[in-house]
Amino acid sequence: MKRTLKAEETFFRILMNLTTGFILIILGIIIYSVFEKGMKAMSWEMLTSVPSGGYYYGKGGGILNAIVGSLVLAFGATILAFLIGLPVALYMNVFLVRRKKLVNLIRFILDLIWGVPSIVYGAFGFTLMVFIGLQTSLLAGIITVTLFILPIMIRSMDEILRTVPMGLSEATYSLGSNKSELAFKIFTRQSVSGIITAVLLSFGRAIGDAASVLFTAGYTDNLPNSLMEPVATLPLSIFFQLASPVPEVQARAYASALVLTVIILIVSLFSRGLGKRYHKTKINF
Amino acid sequence: METAITIKDLNVFAGKTQILHDINAEIPKNKITVILGPSGCGKTTLLKCMNRLTDLYPELKVSGEILINDKNIFDPGADISKLRQSMGLLSQRPYPLPMTIYNNIAYALKLRGVRGKRKQSILVMDYLKQANLYDEVRKRLREPASRLSIGQQQRLCLARGLAVNPDIILADEPTSALDPISSRFIDEKFQEIKPHFTIVVVTHVLRQARRIADNVIFMYMGEVIEQGPATEFFENPREEKTKSYLEGMFN
Repeated sequence: MKRTLKAEETFFRILMNLTTGFILIILGIIIYSVFEKGMKAMSWEMLTSVPSGGYYYGKGGGILNAIVGSLVLAFGATILAFLIGLPVALYMNVFLVRRKKLVNLIRFILDLIWGVPSIVYGAFGFTLMVFIGLQTSLLAGIITVTLFILPIMIRSMDEILRTVPMGLSEATYSLGSNKSELAFKIFTRQSVSGIITAVLLSFGRAIGDAASVLFTAGYTDNLPNSLMEPVATLPLSIFFQLASPVPEVQARAYASALVLTVIILIVSLFSRGLGKRYHKTKINF
Repeated sequence: METAITIKDLNVFAGKTQILHDINAEIPKNKITVILGPSGCGKTTLLKCMNRLTDLYPELKVSGEILINDKNIFDPGADISKLRQSMGLLSQRPYPLPMTIYNNIAYALKLRGVRGKRKQSILVMDYLKQANLYDEVRKRLREPASRLSIGQQQRLCLARGLAVNPDIILADEPTSALDPISSRFIDEKFQEIKPHFTIVVVTHVLRQARRIADNVIFMYMGEVIEQGPATEFFENPREEKTKSYLEGMFN
């Protein structure tokens, strides 16, 4: 008996190590190839200037338009999705606490639309734009990306808010609080670090997605200067450069990918730090 | 003897299982009433009915009446926030609010309608002193309440419960997770403040019941077996089940 248990443990430990190692290796290869190929083409000019006339044939210029565009678009969409998503997640966990079936249905639907490919959001965003008479623009991109990350935002916040102990709700109610106070004063504070993680996750998806912005945000060589004009994004910039037959331009695609990776890295480190700071205020059990 | 809470024909179902059967009980004013009984007999459910925390659990169906000041708390028009505010709750495990020590109490004060920073700060100190916590936390009022030890947290919850200025204190095994010193403090505190509050304590610890009870409601399997003044209950129990419980047969 003891021996089989031990064998089982060893087996699963090895299996776990193998799978973890496998994932880490793949991740390592991706990051290595991006760095290796990207660093060659990386230059100060790439980071600080917009494409000049012959940029896509290997002439001068940079991807500043895409860097700024992606940041503006992703921040805009993340903020919008946060403003819509947090109240929804709170509503599900505070106001609908007695309607378990309904909440589970909402969760199920959100999980379904989480799985919808982003190109479908792009197509949907496009029809929506045509319907309301909007052209490819930063605004249209922000709206589409917001729709795209909203299920991610709501469900990841929801998972955190679910873990707020019932006893805390009871304690708050027994002081005479109403539901809104419980939601906005207690649930949000109790879950700060988790909410930050949810926002980060959504931001990562927002800044890294190409398909949803393809028809909606469009592309431009200019810096974004209005909500109503098209805006460039890093994923599309990578796509266009990679599609070029010119090797120098292809190398710049890797440099752009490197920039995207570093942005996500910085944002995630920053929010981890923020989350850690707030984590201390959570209840220790 | 004045009655603070009257429970009439209270039945509680969780789905198809009945948790409480025809509970009829009276809880005297400004006394400590102990709801006693083995684990899982419905004590906590009965307590949670009193401030309608049962509302939070969709699977619980409550019928019957609980009268406080001659008003049925289950009336559709009853003001639940006000009702809950008139009762301080001390739960089994302390749940400090996710904010600073100071704000835990200030939050309760704000809900009670105390305005003005100066007034609040005086009252916060006062309630912390009442809960015998002030000296320990004097220098760390702006720290998160979660950094306190469990015993300190429970005393903070007591201070917070008192801060809403309730008439009734509901305590659900308030000392079961505490160190001996904190738990003795809570027991003594109840004795000290009972002239001003009606206190209902749920416990399965016989010793604690003997120590603090003025009045006892003994429950078994969702039914009230016996109730009455503590001296009578412990010295002359009427029911067989009570006798065997007091002799330690159930635990």
